[in-house]
Amino acid sequence: MTSQLSADYKVDHFQKKATVVGLVGAAVFLFAAVAPYIFATDVTSAWIKLFYLISLATTWNLLAGYAGMVSVGQQAYIGLGAYGIFVFNDMGLDPYSSVLVASVAVGIIAFPISYVAFRLRGGYFAIGTWVIAEATRQIVIRFDSLGSGRGRSITTYTEDAIYRNLFTYWVALAIMGLAIVATFYLLRSRLGVALQSIRDNEVAAKSMGIKVSQTKRIVFVVAAMGAAAAGGIICLQGLGVASPNTIFGVNYSAFMIFMVLIGGIGTIEGPIIGAIIYFLMDYYFSQMGLWYMVVLGVLAILIMLFLPRGVWGEISHRFNFKVFPVGHQVQPLFPGIKLKKK
Amino acid sequence: MNIVNALIQGVLLGGLFAISALGLSLAFGVLKVVNLAHGQIMTLGAYFSVMTLTSLGMDVWLSILIVVPAMFAIGYVVQRTMLQRALRMGELAPLMITFGFSVIIPNVLISVFTNNKLQIPIGDLAVASIQVSDSISIGVMPLLTLAIAVILIVLLQLFLARTRPGRNMRAAADDPQTLSLMGVNYRNVYAMAMGLAFALAALAGVFFGIRQGGVTPFDGQLTVLFAFEAVIIGGLGSPWGTLAGGIVLGLAQTVAGLFGPELPLLVGNLVFLLVLVLRPTGIVKSKVAS
Amino acid sequence: MSLLKIESISAGYGDAPAVSGVSFSVEPGQLVALVGANGAGKSTLLRVIAGAHKIWGGSVSFHDQDITATQDFERARQGISLVPEGRRLFASLTVKENLNMGAAARRPGLWNLDSVVEALPMIKPLLSRNASRLSGGQQQAVAIGRALMSNPELLLLDEVSLGLAPIIVDEIYESLSTVRKSGLGVVLVEQDLSRTIKVADYIVCMLEGHNVLEGAAAKLSRESITAAYFGHSIESFDDATKKGGATK
Repeated sequence: MTSQLSADYKVDHFQKKATVVGLVGAAVFLFAAVAPYIFATDVTSAWIKLFYLISLATTWNLLAGYAGMVSVGQQAYIGLGAYGIFVFNDMGLDPYSSVLVASVAVGIIAFPISYVAFRLRGGYFAIGTWVIAEATRQIVIRFDSLGSGRGRSITTYTEDAIYRNLFTYWVALAIMGLAIVATFYLLRSRLGVALQSIRDNEVAAKSMGIKVSQTKRIVFVVAAMGAAAAGGIICLQGLGVASPNTIFGVNYSAFMIFMVLIGGIGTIEGPIIGAIIYFLMDYYFSQMGLWYMVVLGVLAILIMLFLPRGVWGEISHRFNFKVFPVGHQVQPLFPGIKLKKK
Repeated sequence: MNIVNALIQGVLLGGLFAISALGLSLAFGVLKVVNLAHGQIMTLGAYFSVMTLTSLGMDVWLSILIVVPAMFAIGYVVQRTMLQRALRMGELAPLMITFGFSVIIPNVLISVFTNNKLQIPIGDLAVASIQVSDSISIGVMPLLTLAIAVILIVLLQLFLARTRPGRNMRAAADDPQTLSLMGVNYRNVYAMAMGLAFALAALAGVFFGIRQGGVTPFDGQLTVLFAFEAVIIGGLGSPWGTLAGGIVLGLAQTVAGLFGPELPLLVGNLVFLLVLVLRPTGIVKSKVAS
Repeated sequence: MSLLKIESISAGYGDAPAVSGVSFSVEPGQLVALVGANGAGKSTLLRVIAGAHKIWGGSVSFHDQDITATQDFERARQGISLVPEGRRLFASLTVKENLNMGAAARRPGLWNLDSVVEALPMIKPLLSRNASRLSGGQQQAVAIGRALMSNPELLLLDEVSLGLAPIIVDEIYESLSTVRKSGLGVVLVEQDLSRTIKVADYIVCMLEGHNVLEGAAAKLSRESITAAYFGHSIESFDDATKKGGATK
């Protein structure tokens, strides 16, 4: 790939590396897909949670880490995604396809919402999204057909628990794969470059002809769809929604933020690692109850103050190493010619 | 007559929202920090008040004299030790840190005090009211709350306009680096502003607890949204705008209450979102009112 | 005893140096002018002296006290006052409030609201006006007045004439000569060479962060300064104290 720099240089978009990562990723994915035939049900059942956590962290990171929109209201879309299953399931769709259909429907709902949310910036955007989540919950619980505030269970569901678990597992895995691949391609595309320039300097980006609002809106909708799909999985695994206050709870935002911060905000790898760390913490310590939440809060503050790049960000900074090649690097075509640094 | 009563109660409720919003507005105006834990700081203030009045056997009003300075000190220290460092790291860090607090505080409060509502006794004042007509009576406490909101706004404006620390805060809001060139450590000014914001939040928390008949650990999740909505509806500029915003929100809630007991919160939120859409320009900048 | 003494100061942005190994001193009552093209590092150097920009190496002493590690607001309290580039008035404060902010250092001395207004008469009708509603020249006068309000012993002036009409610049320089009668030391950064040569006692010429020429204003020829300004050879100028820049 040549560029306008000069004939002596090329812009490396890491095409080769992208192919390798793609192949390795596909292998991991295939392994995960056949894992239910190898491991016991309770293992794969736990993995479902890991998969939706990774989806949540990945999409929140896309929103906050890449587009600079710090939302504490993604629970609006988690809740809508979960409740959407009832809507489409009641229409006769099976619950698994309902996850995907509901996710698309939530994306359609998120589009007009973005016009409200984008009236606010920075910290006020954050609280604004929180208000939207609250209002969404308050509207949803007004519908008798959705359990009117008491929660609901899925009516037509696979009878056999093993198959139910298996199907949920595959849907969760597919959504996680989609979330990562979509984020990866989004960032490698023209949009990714636009996003990073917006995050660095919105005014400058605008003056360079980047359609700032449009770019942010795409990310907002995609992130909402990701959260909705994760919400759908949560609903499938719980056989329904036990409490609207939980599914629409701000705690989900706390978890997303924690995962992304500990893993490393603004990297693709970070949220995945953060989700794994959180998953393990949750697995072993969640019986601590309230103090567990306190520990998460304290850890998030400490990481923000003393390890702002997160675990993965620190590793990749120290060793200049990335698994997912996003962005590009200008390299001399002939080794020996040094790039002039200003 | 119901509607007249609802309108009066709405205005009075607006006073409470305005008190809740003052600290949030001040912290944003001076430091450009949106304190996501503002509601939890309010709740914490109410709990401190309950603790002092139960352990020392004092009056609520006396407990305020202890709680408010204590919360000022906490705000000062939090700013100096954590938020100041976070401010240098960009916009994300202070948000994340205050969000961390908003997660920590309620969970610590439940662990220590359980989920039960703790009373904030104010004696006869709780039921005292002025009977205006057969269907309209004005509670003395809500009236007092509105009066205190007005007094606090006047005092805050006088403080910002007339005193040296107040002027320093306005200067720090404009240009902290240049303030340092004047021989004033802006970090100190920032910390004082955050201390004041915490102190105002604590005071608001006590009043909120009184109105709700007590305080529970998760009140903050609700009050932070009220405070924020009042600030935004009011237009992010002057404390009087915040009072107006609080009254709009109060009216929306009490009038909605006429149509159904579960409606006030939803309608309040929808009115806020409507105002947001109808405002010609979004909310992008703000200054401390002078 | 020097009022200000800086020794081999270096500073910069990111990894890019802006000032490299510059030394000079300022005596009480002396006006030292820093001249040089855009990007020569003059403003950065002034900000380093005021403590507003991080120092990489070297030392700053004030009244023979090492203040290299002293923070900006403490230096202001000790009597170093910077009039920053772009004036940087507090936009939401009135002119009077801006001036009073200058007195925040609470240093005793000649200067107070009355004497500042007397020395800078153009401020007088503006006192109750909001600082955001001033012209460039008015802003500059207020910025200088604000700095004087702290009764500084060392006044650092950054690009006072930038973007101003010549007639306003004349007025400001006139006020400056009134101000200098109070005996304070001044370091002046200025693009306008002829004006600088007229007012300065001592001139330091900077090029790409280095001190390339310095000497008493009376002893430096205009040509030598111009040559140093543009980075031409300065070997033939005998009266100048020649500096080898980086190799010093």
